Amino acid sequence: MTQVSCIASDMRTSVLMATGQELSLAEATDWSEMAEIVSLAEAVERAIHDGDAVAMEGFTHLIPFAAGHEVIRQRRRDLTVIRMTPDLIYDQLIGAGCVRKLIFSWGGNPGVGSLHRFRDAVENSWPVPLELEEHSHAGMANRYVAGASGLPFAVLRGYNGTGLETLNSGPGSAPTIKPITCPFTGERLTAVSALRPDVAVIHAQRADRSGNVQLWGITGVQKEAVLASQRSVVTVEEIVDSLDPRPGAVVLPSWTVSYVAEVPGGSHPSYALGYSVRDNDDYVAWDAIGRDRAAFAQWLDTHVHAVPAGQR
Amino acid sequence: MSSRTCQESAQEVSDVSYSSDEMMTVSAARSLRDGMTCFVGIGLPSAAANLARATHAPGLVLIYESGTIGAKPAQLPLSIGDSMLAETADAVVSVPEIFNYWLQPGRIDVGFLGAAQIDKFGNINTTAIGGDYLNPKVRLPGAGGAPEIAASCREVIVVVRQSTRSFVDRVDFVTSVGYGSGPGDRERHGLTGAGPRKIITDLGVLEADPRTLEFTLTGLYPGISASAAKERTGWDLAIATEPEIIAAPTPAELSALRSFQRPRARSNP
Repeated sequence: MTQVSCIASDMRTSVLMATGQELSLAEATDWSEMAEIVSLAEAVERAIHDGDAVAMEGFTHLIPFAAGHEVIRQRRRDLTVIRMTPDLIYDQLIGAGCVRKLIFSWGGNPGVGSLHRFRDAVENSWPVPLELEEHSHAGMANRYVAGASGLPFAVLRGYNGTGLETLNSGPGSAPTIKPITCPFTGERLTAVSALRPDVAVIHAQRADRSGNVQLWGITGVQKEAVLASQRSVVTVEEIVDSLDPRPGAVVLPSWTVSYVAEVPGGSHPSYALGYSVRDNDDYVAWDAIGRDRAAFAQWLDTHVHAVPAGQR
Repeated sequence: MSSRTCQESAQEVSDVSYSSDEMMTVSAARSLRDGMTCFVGIGLPSAAANLARATHAPGLVLIYESGTIGAKPAQLPLSIGDSMLAETADAVVSVPEIFNYWLQPGRIDVGFLGAAQIDKFGNINTTAIGGDYLNPKVRLPGAGGAPEIAASCREVIVVVRQSTRSFVDRVDFVTSVGYGSGPGDRERHGLTGAGPRKIITDLGVLEADPRTLEFTLTGLYPGISASAAKERTGWDLAIATEPEIIAAPTPAELSALRSFQRPRARSNP
């Protein structure tokens, strides 16, 4: 993954990052090689490092739980985790002490209630303090689009009049939401800074033996997350000889993906359309586990640390 | 919690008795007209929107933020992304697309939202309660799709249980804008939709006063008094001269609602 291809080295365009420094797309991203098909443990080992900004996406559907558990198992620390809906997967990473900062737009257990590990971190700094960068769904989606497009920001009609508009402008954190005036009409709109994660992690239904990835059903913001990120890990239900067309499918060509790992059931208790259904019992049961620090610690030992990568 | 218990016991006792949550859901469902396009929040709004589609509004177009347009679930989904939404939808689009192409331009008639806190101008808080933002007493889930739903749908209906904790003079945090601080605020903020038309609660219905934009009690359920509604409101609630008495749920409405209610701890079929 160190070789920079002709195409990539020809890309002289530089993008102004949210932080202010310039970074060329060619330097930032290896769009050069085919995906490597490896084990889940190896993919996480090689792609995700302490201190990285990691986006594990999947909008209710195709949430990469097995990969998240492997990050906990490998005891990564000081991660900035990015996700529109933190869901149980980030509740678990936060409770396990892997996370320093959360960039998100809705942190609940859908249809059930609170994410108690997330709340414990925000309300009581347990197990470690949690820094927040908070947006709306529309804002987060557009930040990924900007990242995938190689632009420093995206424009939307949003946030006006809300408390979120000024929230991230406080001392100590760089603003990620700012007003912008349309150069054509003069309309006041909102700019949100691009997301450029170090690593995107997603789960998909299938990949072929060359590492081309195919996902369908609710496809969320996964394509944008992968294209916005410097590296990516994709777990799949199965690796097949060839990808037959599916209605509404997103295909990520092999050269846009870093690592593919075959992990059947890797999105449980979320689901993979055509392979599994959402385990709503598990989502309901999480409320009692997540609510209690001791119950959570026991869950972590039994269901993550004592289990080999990719199994449950 | 008590209302859930009440609902369960009501189901066991008789078909004609109903819980306050069922009355609220039926009332919210009636506010949707056939053929409307409706951006649906999860929980109470989703139950009401699905009830409307199962009864008087079979042509109601349900849109969930997961990108499912025209979903027709046979059972209530637990999340906004359950598989039955994708499997029954007219179209499934990406999350950037649902917000940018469908919600933002004002294509959607009504946004159907819940709230943890709501104030007299219909501003919604789903972010944090008590303390300050960095050290809140209770951290709530946050914004999700609500700020832009509240801004860009042609109109908004809020479904929320009424109590002095949830109905406050000013919300602790403005997650989604209703009428801001009063007349002229939506225009000042450039919000394209008309704003919240109704707040539907477990006691009755509130509508914005056309002059002050302050929410006023205009409807009550059978057996609920205006003073009871006033007691469960954290501001000095104005009452319409003659609040409408809203009809109790019909047997058809109740049976439709109960037929697709998910037992709390059972998975999708």
